[in-house]
Amino acid sequence: GLPAARRRFVAALSRPRGARYFPPMVSLLDIIGPVMVGPSSSHTAGACRMGLFARGLLGGTPDAAKIELHGSFARTGVGHGTDRAIAGGLLGFPPDDERLRQSLELAEGGGLALTFANAKLRGEHHPNTARITATRGDATVSVTASSLGAGRILVTAIDGFPVEITGAYPTLVFVARDEPGIVAQVSSALADAGDNIATMRVSRRKKGGDAIHIYELDTPPSATALDLIGRIPAVRTLRAIERVA
Amino acid sequence: MYESLQELVDRAEAEGLSLGELALRLETEQGLKTRPEIEAALGRALEVMRGAVERGLAGDLRSVSGLVGGDAALLGTKRGDSAPVGPLAGTLFTEVLAGALAVQEVNAAMGVIVAAPTAGGAGVLPGVLLGIGRRREIDDGALVRGLATAGLVGAVVALRASLSGAEGGCQAETGAAAAMAAAAGVEVLGGTPRQAAHAAGLTMQGTLGLVCDPLGGLVEVPCVYRNATGAAMALAGIEMALAGIEFPIPIDEVIDTMGEIGRTMDVRYRETAGGGLAATPTGRRLARERLVQLKGKPRG
Repeated sequence: GLPAARRRFVAALSRPRGARYFPPMVSLLDIIGPVMVGPSSSHTAGACRMGLFARGLLGGTPDAAKIELHGSFARTGVGHGTDRAIAGGLLGFPPDDERLRQSLELAEGGGLALTFANAKLRGEHHPNTARITATRGDATVSVTASSLGAGRILVTAIDGFPVEITGAYPTLVFVARDEPGIVAQVSSALADAGDNIATMRVSRRKKGGDAIHIYELDTPPSATALDLIGRIPAVRTLRAIERVA
Repeated sequence: MYESLQELVDRAEAEGLSLGELALRLETEQGLKTRPEIEAALGRALEVMRGAVERGLAGDLRSVSGLVGGDAALLGTKRGDSAPVGPLAGTLFTEVLAGALAVQEVNAAMGVIVAAPTAGGAGVLPGVLLGIGRRREIDDGALVRGLATAGLVGAVVALRASLSGAEGGCQAETGAAAAMAAAAGVEVLGGTPRQAAHAAGLTMQGTLGLVCDPLGGLVEVPCVYRNATGAAMALAGIEMALAGIEFPIPIDEVIDTMGEIGRTMDVRYRETAGGGLAATPTGRRLARERLVQLKGKPRG
């Protein structure tokens, strides 16, 4: 029994004020791992996962991306290879991929135009935070995410919508008109296909406007469920993102 | 599950298991992965660790900022034969130091390593475990149980204290890594669960209070060298524990103390490069020269 230590551990993994994050059970493989490209779990492995998530939102390698580094990412990012790590994630390289070291050159060669900037993001942010604004064809997405340490990340905003996504699960994300019945249709589509929901969150910026839906699933969504959800009239920009963490 | 190392030692002894075997069973019980999957993952970690030691000993790597590189090789084979040698040259001790430096040099050059417990402390465990493993020709199955033992100790430290330099100073990274390596060393050498816990305590007591003061906030100086001294601490803990020496403070309380010291440590000493060696005149100068901001390309 150690209620105090347990609370401290959860608090120690805390993120921006207000965001709630209970870590999955501690596993030996969280401690002896991950296999990764150095030098830093938060500034390199975590940063790479942020790039992978943004890539997942776009469904592939972007044509162009602006990467704004905040706080400790801005101060020590280059030294930790944070710029290369995020670029590598956008190119689809996982955190243990040796090509991360050359990702800036590979991006140039691969037709991914990158611009970097240090930025003071407004509001309360973890010191290891970046905002990635990336375009693929006619789709553009803006993702704000923080690297919490030990390679774990927390996505805190998508296109200005406040979110809390760990990237540790296959995740369904879409924007929809704020009207009744959408959650019911989505959850029944998932239930019929046998896809289990780990966490679910619906949030909006203003009543009656657009709402963002986020479903973290235990397994990748099955094709039938994706198809059904895609055909719900109110649903727009449906994305299924693979697990990145 | 992993909240008290003392309880885990008692349970291992009661069930007649080594700490590593108990760790593998507990991990299997958690149900996240099957036992073969867990052993395969730890086996892969072992391979990556071996690869990193080998890659680093070659001595041709430079870190991203150019500050570190090539030192592991000096301890290994590439040494001027005329220079006087250290008293332990050519023994397991220097091989362990070389292995720890090698892995950290690979890490600092954006090579592939195993973050165990973190990237900043990733050299201690491979240095110690692979050094002992090679000298005593210990099979990979036993080394995997060694990694499981290290993971167990690390999990208890994560839950009771911290494994993050930003939260608990270097004592939480290379210090924790050293305690993990000490327990793992006792495991693979056939010591008892009790001895493994004492090895961890005897090691961690020697790193309490260690600050995290990286030049320019980079995982280079003094981090690379702290992995070597951490590995040396682990060897000391192993020797004492296997000789039957027992540390009077129970391991859970030593870990709690490390957590307490970390929380009360001034923020200058917790990975912000605001104090310690990072704030020395030379430390600041090197950071200014080498910490190239976005505008320029990193040199070296």
